[in-house]
Parts: sequence; C-alpha cells; structure tokens
Amino acid sequence: MADSHTFDAKGHNPDTDGSLPPEGSELEAHLQSKHMVINMGPSHPATHGTVRLKVELDGETIVKIDPEIGFLHRGFQKSCENVTWTQCLPYTDRLNYLSAMMNNFGFLNAVEKLIGLEIPERAQYIRVIGSELHRLTDHLTCVGATGLEMGGFAPFLYGMEARELLQDRVTELTGARLTTSFGRVGGINRDLPEGWADKVHKTLTRTEELLVEMDGLLTRNRIFVDRTKNTGVISAEDAIDYGWTGPALRACGIDHDLRKAHPYWVYERFNFSVAVGEHGDNYDRYLVRMEEMRQSISIIRQALETIPTGPIIVDDWRIALPPKPEVYGTIEGVMAHFKLVMEGIQVPPGECYDATEASNGELGWYLVSDGRGRPYKVHVRAPGFPVLAAVPHIIEGKMLADLIPTFDTINMIGGEVEQ
Amino acid sequence: MTPPFWAPYKAADSSPSVIGSPLSTFALDRVSAHFPEAVVERYVDRAGGAWAVIHPDSLPKVAAFLKNDAELEFKLFGSIDGVDRLHLAENDPRFEVVYFLYSFKRHEHVRLKVRVSEHQPVIPTLVPVYRGANWWERLTFDFYGIRFEGHPDLRRILLYDEFQGHPLRKDYALRDRQPLIPERPIKDIFRGPGTSGHS
Repeated sequence: MADSHTFDAKGHNPDTDGSLPPEGSELEAHLQSKHMVINMGPSHPATHGTVRLKVELDGETIVKIDPEIGFLHRGFQKSCENVTWTQCLPYTDRLNYLSAMMNNFGFLNAVEKLIGLEIPERAQYIRVIGSELHRLTDHLTCVGATGLEMGGFAPFLYGMEARELLQDRVTELTGARLTTSFGRVGGINRDLPEGWADKVHKTLTRTEELLVEMDGLLTRNRIFVDRTKNTGVISAEDAIDYGWTGPALRACGIDHDLRKAHPYWVYERFNFSVAVGEHGDNYDRYLVRMEEMRQSISIIRQALETIPTGPIIVDDWRIALPPKPEVYGTIEGVMAHFKLVMEGIQVPPGECYDATEASNGELGWYLVSDGRGRPYKVHVRAPGFPVLAAVPHIIEGKMLADLIPTFDTINMIGGEVEQ
Repeated sequence: MTPPFWAPYKAADSSPSVIGSPLSTFALDRVSAHFPEAVVERYVDRAGGAWAVIHPDSLPKVAAFLKNDAELEFKLFGSIDGVDRLHLAENDPRFEVVYFLYSFKRHEHVRLKVRVSEHQPVIPTLVPVYRGANWWERLTFDFYGIRFEGHPDLRRILLYDEFQGHPLRKDYALRDRQPLIPERPIKDIFRGPGTSGHS
C-alpha cells in the first residue's frame, strides 16, 4: 500500500526508472558539517531555574558550551551589607531554596564564630535535625527530577510524596515550607512542637519505603542506567582542581565530608558513614545521593532519641531577644529588645571564614564586621558555583543527550549560584 | 541575674584577638620560610584562622607552592572574593582579594589575601594553577572591577555586559538601577533594604 500515490497511471514509478534525480534535490545534497549554535534556556524545563546554555553542535556532539548565568541575580551581598545581621536570614533562605535551613544555619554558625559564641546543646541538636531534614528534601528533588528527565515520571512522584511529607514536618517546625528563616544568632527561635518527634518518625518510615520504590524503579532501570553510566564523567583530580565538594566530589571517590572532617554542632556524636562513589559519572552521583538520604534518616533518628532538654538560645540580651515577660515587665527587657531590633546585634569588628556541609557541598561564609551592627562583607561560597563552572570541561566533545543527566545530577541551584 | 545588654564584648577592641582555639599555621609558616619576600603581613583572625597577606606579584608562585608542595597539597580550590575597604579604618590600599584553599592531606583551609589600590586594581590570575579560579575571578571582576592579568576570558559573569560600574564597591549606590528594558514606575512598593526614595 505504501507510496501508491507516487505511481503514475501506467503503474510506472518515475523515481526508479533509472534516470538521475533532478538537480538540487535536498535528499541528495552533500551533508553539511557546519556547526549549529542553539540556546538551551533561560527557561528550559531541564535547566532547573534560569540558566542559559549556549551550545555549539556538530551533529549531535557538543563542540563548545558556554553557560550564561545571572538571570536570578538578586544582589544578595549588597542587600546583606545594608541590613542587620538578623535581617540577612531571609536572604539566605533564597540561596538554595530546596534546603533553606542549611543556609540559615550555615550563616548563623559563621556569625556565631565571629562573635565567639557557643550555642546551647539542644539548639545544636535541632540544627542537625533541621539540616538533615532539608538534605533529604534536596536530594529527593534532585533524584526525582533526574528520573523525570530520563523519562520516568513515577520516581518523581514517589520522591515528591516523601518530600511533601518532610515539608509538612518542616512547616510544623519552622512555620514555612521553603523559606524557613529558621534559627537566630545564638540558637533557635522556637522549640520542637509537641508530638513532633513521633510524626517525624512516621514520616521517616514512609520516606524509607518510598526510597525503596525509587531505588527499584531507577537503580537497575535499563534506560536510566544507559543514560547515566559513563556520562558526565569527571576525574577526581579535575573535580578537586575545579573546587567541587559535596556529593559530586564524593562520587569521584574522594572521601571528604565536612561533617566528618571538621565536625560542627554535635555531628561527631552520631554514627553515620559517608557515601563515596568511584567513577565520577552521573550514575555514581545518583547513587551517592541515594545513600546519603539513608544516612540522613539514620542521623535524624539518632538525634531525636538523644536530644537533651534545656534552653534553645543563649541567655545574653546583647544577642538574643529577651523573653516576652521580661520585655513587658522590666525596663531592662524593653531596652534590650529595642536595641536589638533597632540597632541589631553588635558583632565585634573582625573577620572569619566558616564552612558547613550543605546538601551540594561546602557552603562557605567569609564575614567581615566593622562593629556597626551590619555586615560589612558577606561572601558566600555557594557549592553549586564551582560545579557549574566545570560543566564545559565535562561535556565538551560529548553528546547533547548527555547534557541533561549531567545537569540533573550536579544539581545546580540558580539561587545560590547567581546570588 | 539579668543578662547584660549594655556592656561591650570583651574582645570588641579593634585588634583581632583570638577567641576560638587557634588553627594551625603550619602551611603559612612554610610559605614564609620559602618566600620571605612574598609575605607582607601575617595575623590571626577572631576565629583563630591564620592569614597571610601576599604581595600581588608573588601570588601565582605562592599558590603553586601551596598546591604542589608534598607536605601541603592545597589542591581543593575554595573561592575568591573581593573586599572594598572604603569605609574601614584602614583603607589604603582600597581593595582586598581573599583566597581560600583546602588541603585533604592536612584537613585545613588556608587563607590568603592580596591588597590592590584603587588606581591600578590588577592582580595576576590563578587560572594556570587552579582551573577553578576562572569563574571566581570573573565574579570578582564583575562586582569589584579588579582585573586579573592573564585571565583567558575576563568577562562579566552575573551582570550583563551593558552594566556600568561595579555594584559591590561601597561607593555604588544601593538603590541605583540600570534596567535594560524600562521598568514600570512603581511608587507604593518599598523594595529591598535601605532608605526609600532615590539611592
């Protein structure tokens, strides 16, 4: 039946009568090897935010790639330099909006280091619990989205179910789903809600079940493995040279985790292991994230079991707001409250660099204070920035289809990269 | 007892006094021993971190030494950023560029600093030593206007090419806006920090 319309009335096919095709037929033309330049983004579903990738292609092979970032630039540093130290907190939420608490606590930890402040033990436990909850949501989003963009919708939905449950717990704890602004200099601004620990235990059990589902759908999935194994490969040496940290570096076989190398808060009290990959490809980055989630679940359980009672914020009215009865009932309380709200915390002049392990790697802060109640300089070392900087090195000379899984598993977050 | 709220912090004087446990100075001691002429100043910050102020011309060789020396191996590139010291007590030369490196061998950070003047803000690039320096130097150029000599591709990174000036300099007005497409006039919304109104 095929092509019956091309036969003329005599049943004779004019294309196969032995004569040459007419001049200039496009099918017969010599294939051009001209390079093609295409734009991916700024709003492309696989760019996770707004990044524009200028890609030069030779057929399907990427010859050159130039990531153009900055569409999400909000003037983070300039804004921070013009508000009090506490008012910086909402800005830090927006750095990595998938795991806002880790940014909050990382910043607060750096400020406390600059002041020279030891925070109460219970506050340190709550910070660990909050950080690990948000590490879970961050990794779930990353892994789910990776599956989604490899063509599997189900793992994404399982991931989102777990993430929603965790977000509910985060909401109960902080009052917000994403932009938590949780914690204050010197500790935590509100204690764990009553009965919260039981809910978290239930959520973690469900999350574990969903992780098994995701694992079953992805880890041995032929399509997923084919597209992620041996794609987006980077050697450990190159990764270090570019400044990679976090899961992406550990996937290259480097056992480096600031929670183990420089334990902050109470991390040294928990029994957990660091997930390390081997090949530095997309598949290993995926596996490392999956294992890290299981470790995070274990850390939260241990922390909830051993969390001590006690104050959650330091009792120093130069740093923390006085309790409300003191504010309403005593002149000292009113004055301390007024000074803190109007003038901010008087962080002594000086500078310091401090880093914590965020979901994507080392979140570093270099703070300078001139003693006037506002940050003089807030440098943030966003873990996604060096990772994105290495994308041209990884992907040049590879296929265009490899770009998508690579971009997924490095988990570039526009908010922190573009400040 | 009522907690204090009026007394200044004990360590609040201008001299940086260590409050945390001091961190190792091994790496910087080695740098000082090998390149005594390169190290302009050494000090310890409030959190116990050791700093070395490096002469700009010696920066690449100090960085290469830190990276390749068998006892140091500061291979992991941390970050770069600038500081505009315009409003600080000590502000000559005006700009500082800070460098953070990390060593898996010694499990510590090293903190370096280079000072450049406003009139000739030029520093040799670190890209030949660390490829990771590429984007951070572009970022510092973008926001402070410090030029990195020998950088392969010194363009703006976050801001657009038509942008005038360098916004993290302290004399760049907070509310100065340079929209590429005209903004709708919005009068009744208070945006961002700082006083409302014009810059």
